Amino acid sequence: MIRRDQLDTPLAEATTADPKQIAYFTSMAEEWWNPDGRFKTLHQLNPVRLKFICDRVCNHFDRNPEKHLPLDGLRVLDIGCGGGLLSEPLALLGADVVGIDATAKLVHVAGVHAAANYVNVDYRHALAEDLVGAGEQFDVIVNAEVIEHVANVDGFVESCCRLMKPGGIMVVATLNRTLKSLLFAKIVGEYVLRLLPKGTHDWKLFIRPHELAGKLRRHNVSMTEQVGVIYSPLTGSFRVGKDDSVNYMAVAVRPGQPKLELVDG
Amino acid sequence: MNSNAEQTADIIHADVLVVGGGLVGGPMACALAEAGLTVAAVEMGDPNEALSAGFDGRASAVALSSRRLLEGIGIWDKVKSQAAPILDIRVSEGESRLFLHYDHREVGDEPLGHMVENRFIRRGTLERIREIPRIQLLAPIRITKLERGPGMVDAALADGRHIRAPLVVAADGRFSRLREDAGIRVTQWSYRQWGIVCTVAHDRPHQNVAHERFLPSGPFAILPLPGNRSSIVWTERDDLGKATMKLNDEDFAEELATRFGDFLGETEVVGPRWSYPLSLQYAHTSVAHRLALVGDAAHAMHPIAGQGLNMGWRDVAALAEVLADSRRLGLDLGAPDVLERYERWRRFDNTLMLAMTDALNRLFSNDVAPLRLARDTGLAIVNRIPPLKKVFMQHAMGVVGELPKLMRGESL
Repeated sequence: MIRRDQLDTPLAEATTADPKQIAYFTSMAEEWWNPDGRFKTLHQLNPVRLKFICDRVCNHFDRNPEKHLPLDGLRVLDIGCGGGLLSEPLALLGADVVGIDATAKLVHVAGVHAAANYVNVDYRHALAEDLVGAGEQFDVIVNAEVIEHVANVDGFVESCCRLMKPGGIMVVATLNRTLKSLLFAKIVGEYVLRLLPKGTHDWKLFIRPHELAGKLRRHNVSMTEQVGVIYSPLTGSFRVGKDDSVNYMAVAVRPGQPKLELVDG
Repeated sequence: MNSNAEQTADIIHADVLVVGGGLVGGPMACALAEAGLTVAAVEMGDPNEALSAGFDGRASAVALSSRRLLEGIGIWDKVKSQAAPILDIRVSEGESRLFLHYDHREVGDEPLGHMVENRFIRRGTLERIREIPRIQLLAPIRITKLERGPGMVDAALADGRHIRAPLVVAADGRFSRLREDAGIRVTQWSYRQWGIVCTVAHDRPHQNVAHERFLPSGPFAILPLPGNRSSIVWTERDDLGKATMKLNDEDFAEELATRFGDFLGETEVVGPRWSYPLSLQYAHTSVAHRLALVGDAAHAMHPIAGQGLNMGWRDVAALAEVLADSRRLGLDLGAPDVLERYERWRRFDNTLMLAMTDALNRLFSNDVAPLRLARDTGLAIVNRIPPLKKVFMQHAMGVVGELPKLMRGESL
């Protein structure tokens, strides 16, 4: 079981300077970013998630998604960034992205990949509550495939909400707790089709959309939309639809006027 | 990372590096710019030299879908005054009177296609490129070293500058060096035929009718150019083809006249003649790590159906669309799953067209009696069954299959 709300041991500072270590992280990065590799499912999910995130964020901040760098100047936090599959595209769309992960190795992997691709992402080995402690806030919080791995959901949701600027938006992607999700995401996904490494998920931690909405409401953040994400085994791809019984995405907003710092140019 | 090179050398950053500034590479750069991407276009030849009739005397049949692409990327406007519409195609076989007749009115109001001399397409493309600030044209210059690294392509130019882009598009032709360096294998076979190309002037107007005659040694096409001129594509067995090219002007004109006939009055060859050995070649894949092949680099075919360049432009429109969609999501333009989409899209189309063109040529380039009969009856039957004919015509117009947006007249 992966507990994403606990920081693992940080790697020694020296790691980034050691060529052997760099080679190791580079090969890990290649694995993360290989669309047919271990993280194939994440890659298949990625275009759907990105499209949803871009759409809703552009809509919220009145941006034209067809424009060059539509997310220009928006401060985005990608929680549980992993290898950076969401952080990098968001940065390429113009956002100032901070990517955090509880696993030190992944932070290095993501950093190595971003450097090789000349993409600017601020990756940090940190937890959401660390950023709360530092008083940081963001226009956009991306909370993808994390909440189902978290033991203290209430504390985690609270941190996320406190990281939202007034007028900010959060996009959550996670798994519903239904019999179907137990069957599909857990049993079929991990054991039958081997789409995911075994032990990836603990079904009891999955959260139902109305439960999520309730937890957010306690912090004055309202869930404004939820959509299902449906897997088609024939094409090996995901699409957005009504059926949210396995995967779903939700949009939550914090009341207030979005205030953007002026960015040069 | 090599921080020294970073600071000292002049580095050009682009979303896409296009290698080859010809009939496919030029429009590729324009289409990518149209999609909002920045492009570095590298061509080793002098673009101004490529505009003369002596450089490329061929003319191309621009299918309807290709015209829409050229319109969408701002090239057609600069070309259309030099284009002759094809309103009618007549296909006949040797002496036989049976023929297949394609009239554009059977499939709508649009002409079946347009004939344009290649040099005018090149000129229009170059003018367009120079208008678009998102395209940086680097020509004439050589790439001395091209490295497709894990996250980025780095091309070293002969003048010491570097180009960095997440993707390189190879539009460097049939003998593509990029394709070879990537170790992409090709399958090819020769038809043992030569294509002879020239332009003739004639007394009577051609009425914008194209003629395709299947003669025993190969197809002979008369294609309308602006004015009382036509472009000839004359396929000949390779021994005869070589001999024909060696004839003096007078004898050549006479040989041509026996095939051309006198239906347009007196004819005269104008300008030089060219010849090309005919072969069919296709790359086993159109993509590799941070590389996509377009045009002849991916597939070169027999000119029998006039589809080679049109297929190349379909590559252009499809790749531009895939990259535009990916850019909207902030995806890495050189990522394997992005390139895979392009590969899947083009694979089916190209295979189909290669097979059709090859089969047509094999069927028609012979003089075996039963095959002749089958052909004659076949042509006559196709002519009498409107739906079947419509399919053939739409194929010639390039409007069959899953058309990219730019070829449907939509923007990206």
